[in-house]
Amino acid sequence: MNTTESTTKPVPSRLSRVRGSVSDFFLMLYRVYAFIIRFFKEVLLPPYDLKEIVRQCYETGVRSFTLITLTGFIVGVIFTKQSRPSLTSFGATSWLPSLVSIAIMKALAPLVTALIAAGKVGSSIGAELGSMRVTEQIDAMEVSGTKPFKFLVCTRVIATTITIPLLATYVAFIALLGGYLNVSANEGTTYVTFMEQAFEPLTFVDFWASLSKAIVFGFTIGIVGCYQGFNADKGTEGVGKAANGAVVTAMFLVFIEEVLIVQIAGWFR
Amino acid sequence: MEKQKAKIDLTNEVVKIRGLEKSFGDYDVLRGIDLDLYQGENLVVLGRSGTGKSVLIKLISGLLMPDKGLVEVLGHNAATISQRELEALRIRIGFSFQNSALYDSMTVRKNLEFPLVRNRKGITRAEIDKNVESVLDAVGLSQTINQMPSELSGGQRKRIGIARTLILNPEIMMYDEPTAGLDPITCIEINDLINEVQQNYNTSSIIITHDLTCAKQTGDRVAMLLDGQFQRVGTFEEVFATDDKRVKPFYDYNFTE
Repeated sequence: MNTTESTTKPVPSRLSRVRGSVSDFFLMLYRVYAFIIRFFKEVLLPPYDLKEIVRQCYETGVRSFTLITLTGFIVGVIFTKQSRPSLTSFGATSWLPSLVSIAIMKALAPLVTALIAAGKVGSSIGAELGSMRVTEQIDAMEVSGTKPFKFLVCTRVIATTITIPLLATYVAFIALLGGYLNVSANEGTTYVTFMEQAFEPLTFVDFWASLSKAIVFGFTIGIVGCYQGFNADKGTEGVGKAANGAVVTAMFLVFIEEVLIVQIAGWFR
Repeated sequence: MEKQKAKIDLTNEVVKIRGLEKSFGDYDVLRGIDLDLYQGENLVVLGRSGTGKSVLIKLISGLLMPDKGLVEVLGHNAATISQRELEALRIRIGFSFQNSALYDSMTVRKNLEFPLVRNRKGITRAEIDKNVESVLDAVGLSQTINQMPSELSGGQRKRIGIARTLILNPEIMMYDEPTAGLDPITCIEINDLINEVQQNYNTSSIIITHDLTCAKQTGDRVAMLLDGQFQRVGTFEEVFATDDKRVKPFYDYNFTE
C-alpha cells in the first residue's frame, strides 16, 4: 500500500478569484459568440430539415398556446382596469383604448410573450438538449456523421424565431380583446369604436419595432436554450443547470434587448 | 456459443496509435500509448474504471482530440483531418455507447433510419425499410420496430444501439462497456452478437470492458490498460499468465472463488 501523500493546495487570493471570474465571463462570451457564428454558418447549408422545423414550431408554438392566451387576456384586462382610475382623474377615460393599445403593441405583447416563452420553451430546450448531451445522444449523432448542431440547434432556433413573433402578435390581439371587454363593460364602448381608437395612434414604425423585438427575442430564447443544453456538463445536475441557465440568461437578455430596440426605434420616429 | 476463428489480416492495421497522450486538467489519463488494431480483429481493452478506456475510443472516433501522438484510423490521421473528412471517416466507424444513447424522442425505426437518411442522399423508402429490417433481424429484435426506447429492456437497448451502428456498414466497431449493467444471460447474448457482427459484417472491433467473461468470449487479443499505458498485450491467457498485483485481481475476481 502506498503511503499517504500530504498535498496542500494554495488558497487563491481574492484578486486572483476576481480575475478568474472575469476571465471565465469573457471566455463564456467568446463561446456564445462562436456558437452564434456556427449557427449562421450551418443554417444556410443543406440539409434543411423542414419536417423537424415544423415539428419544433409545433412544440414551441402550439404547446404554449393555452398559457399564452390566458396570460395575454389577463394582461389586457388588468392593464385596462389599473389604468382607468388615473385617466378618470384627468377626465380622459376616452383615451383608454389608445393607451391600452400603445402599451400592448409597443411593449407588453412582445415582452410578455418572450418572458413566458423563456420560461416554458427556453427551459424545455435547455433541459432536452442537456439531457441528450448527458446521455451521449449528441455524441451518438456526432459519431454517425449526422451533424447534431444542424439537426438539433438550427431547427430549434429557426422555430423559436418564427413562432415567438407569431405568438406575440396573437397575444397583442388577445390582450386588446381583454382590454375591449373591460372597456365595454364599464363605458359601453362598441367593438368598432374601441378598435378605431386603439389603432389610431399607432404607426408603421410601432408595428415594425414590435415585430422586430419579437423576432430578436425568439432568436435569443432559442440560441440561449440551445447553447445551455448543447454545452451542458455531465450528470443530472448539468441538465438542471442548463434548464435554469436557459431561463435566467434569456430573460436577462430579453430586457437588455427591449431597452436597445426601444432606443433604436426612437431614432426612426 | 463458441467463437469462430476470425480471419485477421496482420498486414493491415485499421487503427494505428503511437505515443498517444491525453490529459484532463492535471490528470494524465493516457501517457504515451501504442496500439494496433488489425483488419478483422476483435481487440479487448481491459482496465479499471477511470483509466482512460472510453477516452481511448473517443480519441479514435474524433470525439476528443489528443494532446500528443498519432491516431491513424483507416489511413487518416484523426487529429489533423478536416471536419468534412472527419465526418466521412466517422461513417466508417460504428460506436456502441455504454448506455446505448438511443434517441429518446424517436421510435426504434426512426433511430435506425436517422443515420441512414442523413448520410445516404437519394436513398429510397424501400431501401431504407430493407436496411432497417436487415439490421433488426441481425440483432434479433424485429418485433420492436415501432417501440420507443423507453419501452425496451437494457439488453434490447444495447442491441438496438449496435443495430443503429451496423446500418451504415462500418468497417470498425467500438463497443464501450457492452455488457455493463446486464444480467449474465443477456451478457452472453451480447458477447455472441459481437462475435456475429465480426463474422457477418467483417468488422474490426475495439471492445472496452472490465468484464473478463466478455473479454474471453469476444477478444482475439486483450490489452490491459494500467496507469495510462498498455502494460500487457496478447491473448487472454498470455495477459493473465502473470503475478502482477495490478493484473491478477481482475482474473481472481472473475474466475476464482
